[in-house]
Amino acid sequence: MKENLVYLDNSASTRMDERVLEAMKPYFFDTYAVATSEFAYTMGIEAKEGLEAAREIISSTLKASSEELIFTSGSTESSNLALKGVSRGNEDEGNHIIVSKIEDFPILNTAKALERKGFEVTYLEVDEEGFVNLEHLKDSIDDETLIVSVQHANQEIGTVQEIEAIADICKDENVLFHTDATHSFTRIPLDVKDIPVDLVTLSGHTIHGPRGIGGLFVREGTSIEKQMDGGFQEKNLRAGVENIPGAVGFAKAVELVNSEENERLKKMRNDLIENLLEEVSHVTLNGSRKERTPQNANLTFHYVEGESITLHLDMRGIAVSTGSACFSRSLEASHVITGIGGDHERAHGSVRFTFGRYNDQEDVNVTVKAVSEVVENLREISPLGGEE
Amino acid sequence: MMPGEENESKMSAPYSDKVIELFKNPKNVGIIKDPDGKAKEGSPACGDMVVLTLKVDENTDEITDIKFKSYGCASNIATGSIITEMAKGKTIEEAKEITWQEASEELGGLPSIKTHCSVLAVDSLKEAIRDYEERHGKVEERVPTDEGVVRERLKHVMNPLTGIDVVRTDLIKDIEVAGGTVKIKVDLDEDHQFASAVRNDIEEKIETLWDIDEIIINFKR
Repeated sequence: MKENLVYLDNSASTRMDERVLEAMKPYFFDTYAVATSEFAYTMGIEAKEGLEAAREIISSTLKASSEELIFTSGSTESSNLALKGVSRGNEDEGNHIIVSKIEDFPILNTAKALERKGFEVTYLEVDEEGFVNLEHLKDSIDDETLIVSVQHANQEIGTVQEIEAIADICKDENVLFHTDATHSFTRIPLDVKDIPVDLVTLSGHTIHGPRGIGGLFVREGTSIEKQMDGGFQEKNLRAGVENIPGAVGFAKAVELVNSEENERLKKMRNDLIENLLEEVSHVTLNGSRKERTPQNANLTFHYVEGESITLHLDMRGIAVSTGSACFSRSLEASHVITGIGGDHERAHGSVRFTFGRYNDQEDVNVTVKAVSEVVENLREISPLGGEE
Repeated sequence: MMPGEENESKMSAPYSDKVIELFKNPKNVGIIKDPDGKAKEGSPACGDMVVLTLKVDENTDEITDIKFKSYGCASNIATGSIITEMAKGKTIEEAKEITWQEASEELGGLPSIKTHCSVLAVDSLKEAIRDYEERHGKVEERVPTDEGVVRERLKHVMNPLTGIDVVRTDLIKDIEVAGGTVKIKVDLDEDHQFASAVRNDIEEKIETLWDIDEIIINFKR
């Protein structure tokens, strides 16, 4: 498949690493007991050990204690549990939630769902590069505020928030702070010993791990209520038989990421951005030049529509995504691009390129050439721009 | 196949082969100089925009040339291509009868979520014909312009802030029609970045009305 495809949609999901599959296999075929059977038979003990070893690897990456990490089915569940668990579990303490307006849907739509049930929600303003306005954050926190949720890095434009400053404000004001680290985990360091964050959402499949597994860091002593009833698994916060093969695969995926890889991704994305800005006219970089995830590039090609670009690129064997309304099921333009003050035209022409382990420098060259040609062809059809 | 070279799309869904073919190689692309009729439907803000121009033989009322340009997705580009092909050589009376359903059938169907994008292209043909008829005194039943007529026309002017038309988004605060003058109040600051674009779009839609001599558009100060 590699010969035929330049896959640049790694923030949607990644190709799983074969070594991850190898690590998972024994937990499907040899050690398939549930972890809660540890007191009944030997295979249960081995299963439990596998699960706890995985927990140790992932939590230590955050500098957390393994007691502070629970496994979930993915980042959507983790963010739902964080926001709903804290809000519903502490209703008598307050009824106000703060999120940024460019959060991904697991947070944004969870906040909206809580809003419909009577919670007050503040949607924080961001600047033109996507950074949360810290003054707006400070001004928004009041006696009713239960939790603040600001993502570590953005899903579309890759902007990495000033997470420490945000966490410090929340700590000073004595409110809980959650961050969605789906697009930054292992790519950008996050140390919960240093940074007073209370809850962190993690995902496995965005770093060449399996789908259907995620994590939630819950700082010891955090008041949170379980959202799914059943057994007492995962510190009694997440009921259901543990996904041990998934957890083991997730841990393996975490181990396989290293700083050399992150530097390699960063170089490819820098080359892509610089070459496209040079080769194509009327292009805007979305997000920050410096403070962005190593895998992410997002550019608007003015006067052309994003779905047309992605379709032409697909015919050339290149897979990317766009913030155009035409591309979304809802026919709504990207709330991230409009959130950073871009008009609809800027959202419609935006294309996201996200790199992963299986990309190489040749992919950058092929993509720059293809994008230049496709954009030029589409501009010939477009009534915008040109002499008119 | 090597990455970077254009190939036949292997995607079956959501677009038909015909749509993909016309998306890749659209027919009748361009803008005719000194057209007899022209239309601009949609706006960059709503995500799709089509400009359509046509030439008509005044004796036979036959469409002798027709071209379009599209800022839009695959279904918009393909529909622009197919309706220009369908309209070319037809009389304006025949071309008026071309429906979105017929265009969609010619294309082998379109995903339902993309209806809006392709309707826009069909509307541009109807608007260009109307423009031709009004500019060439071909309108037989002349309806006196009133507030309702103006409001209908303004439904084709997009609100750049939302991508939905200026009437439905309440951008039009007031319409007055008296003695050949139309007065329109727009709920947008005079120095707003989109004010002049909205002014031009409104003028374009209203100026062809047969009994209108003057258009006054007031923005918020």
